[in-house]
Amino acid sequence: MQRIRLRYAKRGPLRFTSHRDFARAFERALRRAGVPIAFSQGFTPHPKISYASAAPTGVGSEAEYLEIGLQSQVDPEQLRIALDAALSPGLDVLEAVRAGEGSLADRIDASRWRIELPEVAPATAGDAVTAFLAAPEVLVERMTKQGRRSFDARAAVVSCMVVAEPDPPSEAGGVPCAIIDLVVRQVTPAVRPDDVLSGLRVVAGLEPPVPARVTRLAQGTLTAQGEIVDPLEADREGVGIGGR
Amino acid sequence: MSVSSVFPQLEQLLPRVSKPIQYVGGELGAVVKDWDATTVRWALMYPDAYEVGLPNQGVQILYEVLNEQPDVLAERTYSVWPDLEALMKEHGVPQFTVDAHRPVRAFDVLGLSFATELGYTNMLSALDLAGIPLESGDRTVEHPIVLAGGHASFNPEPIADFIDAAVLGDGEEAVLEITGIIREWKAEGCPGGRDEILLRLARTESIYVPRFYDVDYLPDGRIQRVVPNRPDVPFRVAKRTTMDLDAWPYPKKPLVPLAETVHERYAVEIFRGCTRGCRFCQAGMITRPVRERSITTVGQMVKEGLEFSGYSEVGLLSLSSADHSEIGDMCSGLAQQYADTNVSLSLPSTRVDAFNIDLAQELSRNGRRTGLTFAPEGGSERIRKVINKMVTKEDLIRTVVTAYSNGWRQVKLYFMCGLPSETDEDVLEIAEMAHEVIRAGREAAGTKDIRCTVSIGGFVPKPHTPFQWAKMDTPEVIDGRLKMLKQAINSDRSLGRAIGFRYHDGEPSLIEGLLSRGDRRVGKVIREVWEQGGRFDGWSEHFSFVRWVAACETVLPGLGVDLDWYTTREREEAEVLPWDHLDSGLDKDWLWQDWQDSMSEFEQDDCRWTPCFDCGVCPSMDTEIQIGPTGKKLLPLTPVNGLRVPA
Repeated sequence: MQRIRLRYAKRGPLRFTSHRDFARAFERALRRAGVPIAFSQGFTPHPKISYASAAPTGVGSEAEYLEIGLQSQVDPEQLRIALDAALSPGLDVLEAVRAGEGSLADRIDASRWRIELPEVAPATAGDAVTAFLAAPEVLVERMTKQGRRSFDARAAVVSCMVVAEPDPPSEAGGVPCAIIDLVVRQVTPAVRPDDVLSGLRVVAGLEPPVPARVTRLAQGTLTAQGEIVDPLEADREGVGIGGR
Repeated sequence: MSVSSVFPQLEQLLPRVSKPIQYVGGELGAVVKDWDATTVRWALMYPDAYEVGLPNQGVQILYEVLNEQPDVLAERTYSVWPDLEALMKEHGVPQFTVDAHRPVRAFDVLGLSFATELGYTNMLSALDLAGIPLESGDRTVEHPIVLAGGHASFNPEPIADFIDAAVLGDGEEAVLEITGIIREWKAEGCPGGRDEILLRLARTESIYVPRFYDVDYLPDGRIQRVVPNRPDVPFRVAKRTTMDLDAWPYPKKPLVPLAETVHERYAVEIFRGCTRGCRFCQAGMITRPVRERSITTVGQMVKEGLEFSGYSEVGLLSLSSADHSEIGDMCSGLAQQYADTNVSLSLPSTRVDAFNIDLAQELSRNGRRTGLTFAPEGGSERIRKVINKMVTKEDLIRTVVTAYSNGWRQVKLYFMCGLPSETDEDVLEIAEMAHEVIRAGREAAGTKDIRCTVSIGGFVPKPHTPFQWAKMDTPEVIDGRLKMLKQAINSDRSLGRAIGFRYHDGEPSLIEGLLSRGDRRVGKVIREVWEQGGRFDGWSEHFSFVRWVAACETVLPGLGVDLDWYTTREREEAEVLPWDHLDSGLDKDWLWQDWQDSMSEFEQDDCRWTPCFDCGVCPSMDTEIQIGPTGKKLLPLTPVNGLRVPA
């Protein structure tokens, strides 16, 4: 069985696709694209697909990952093109590589997020971020399947900063827009960007007037320097060493 | 003038509502066209939640037919849930289409497909959110033409104040003809305003424009007459019939949603119309004659539909699919074609005979066994004669036993409660039948491990059926009978445990009855209910019987009628019915005779296999039965291996 790993994006309006929605669409795309997907054994065979942690519904992503098992060999780039064409625009397959050793999940322990806060001045956001980082612990609440629970949103945050952009997205009409670059470790319970935003409200009373626009920029292995290593890098190297 | 997307405003609200994906579009098969490059623009609405509306075949077909025209743009809109409705009102976001998020108000036509009358309040919500005046008389040339279609449009009188026009019957050709009329009128510079375009539509004699007809009432509340109030519109408006379904093989590019919806399958209509003659069935009466799609067209549509959509399930739909003249070859041919795939095929199997099980066996060849459903509809032999559902108890037991001995462990049985002349005994016989099914089934299967589910629907008398004159039973009577039935089923504990029991309360059926056979006065009730917060009346968690009763009590006494008058009152032969001026092709005298036959428990055969019994449809509509066999077979598919990589 050939295993292939994919990176895909959820963009624009289709960032409102939930993980379950994506999974259904992806299985249909496999059929549309004629992918020789492998199936599990048993009475009700399931296609061999495993997903890395999915971005929350409503959050865009440039870095979602999954792995599929195939009955026969295909060229990864041809597979990428076929699958990308079989999915709605906005669910875009960006990269496909032959899977190397180890599991995808073992290579992912952190994410980088970009949070756009329209109508929030960068300086205001900066003050909130400073207060957040200065706090040893920031308790926030979220509804989970187990009901409302309280947890620390601070410890998992590796870095958080307001970044300056030459041409921020919604500053055209003179409306400010703060942009936060955030790196968070994947822990349990998960600390998501909206939890960090809750944290900014708790520590500094930051209340964005319109909903934030969040995008996952990267997932992968966190280095000691706080950088994130692309989880497919090792697979690409493997290709380089072993050849095709 | 171009029309901009409301998505930037909507986008701000979506993080705050449940299942936002239903509002963003992006389906496979969706079409977004340049607004300015088109001349006639349709917003098609299914007035229910997206998860119910998206799979609707009617909307998908018309969407595709319209968008195939180069100068026509068609987009879709669905009812938004109350959470988003409240936010849209607060932030001034209008009713929008999901394709390009354009405001519905900017379109030339708002076409609503009413499969059920319970969508009426949702239409008012959509009009209100769209900024379109609720009443036809308050609209100007600036507003879309509000056009109703679907089965409920065979009596659009309860919504006559809110719609501008209604189309009866098949829509494929009607939408193109309407498009042509609007195109011409717009090219001329919209002469005569709104009245002129509605008049041009009415002159086709197959588009009903309520404002051109006056209804007079008798002192006792009955209708005296419905007559045109101008000389140039017809006295009666006729339904449409699309002949030759092979020429209309839609949907070719079905809409495949990202959101979860009630049906996730490629559905192909294998024939339209039904002449089985079940007397309660409005669909069977108003869609005559039977027009089959040929086995080869069905095969082609399934192949292309699956390739396009990526679905792994196919539904072979119609009002009684086992009746297709080549259903055996169709099922075995498709089963063979998809034997080595994960595609599952299903047939809504309601006919009670062993042939149905042969078909189901055929379809489950690749190991994917779908459920078996039989619809005897009536519990006793007597009531089945009343409703013209010709099946004996022995037939049913034999059929179900065959299913159990062929490996099925579960069957579903459909019945109705509240049928004309029904007694407690008729309903209690359902329990006996279910007990016998389990007893015989256990013996045949050689195991105690079998089940059957008894589903009961409430009977609602519908216009253009022999039961259009019938009285409804009150919710108290219905609920009482259902309670008795439940006790009777459980009177034997061993058998009762193997029988599932599902039913609907009598209250929603009574309101559906009010809306089905209502006249223009009922429009005031609909509006009152909507103003009091009524939405999504087809959903038990939103439907409020109390609200409907209160609205009837507020509005109707002043008009000299009441809820009972519309629902639990039997009509006489001479009474003018609110839909008499709308022509389904059925001869009213024939319908009355069939109603009389029903009460003397006299059955009517199917005209596909016995001589014509003069229901009136074919001669008045200039149509004829179109059935096979064609003698053709489905050929094995050449397996296509390899990736489908676009050029």
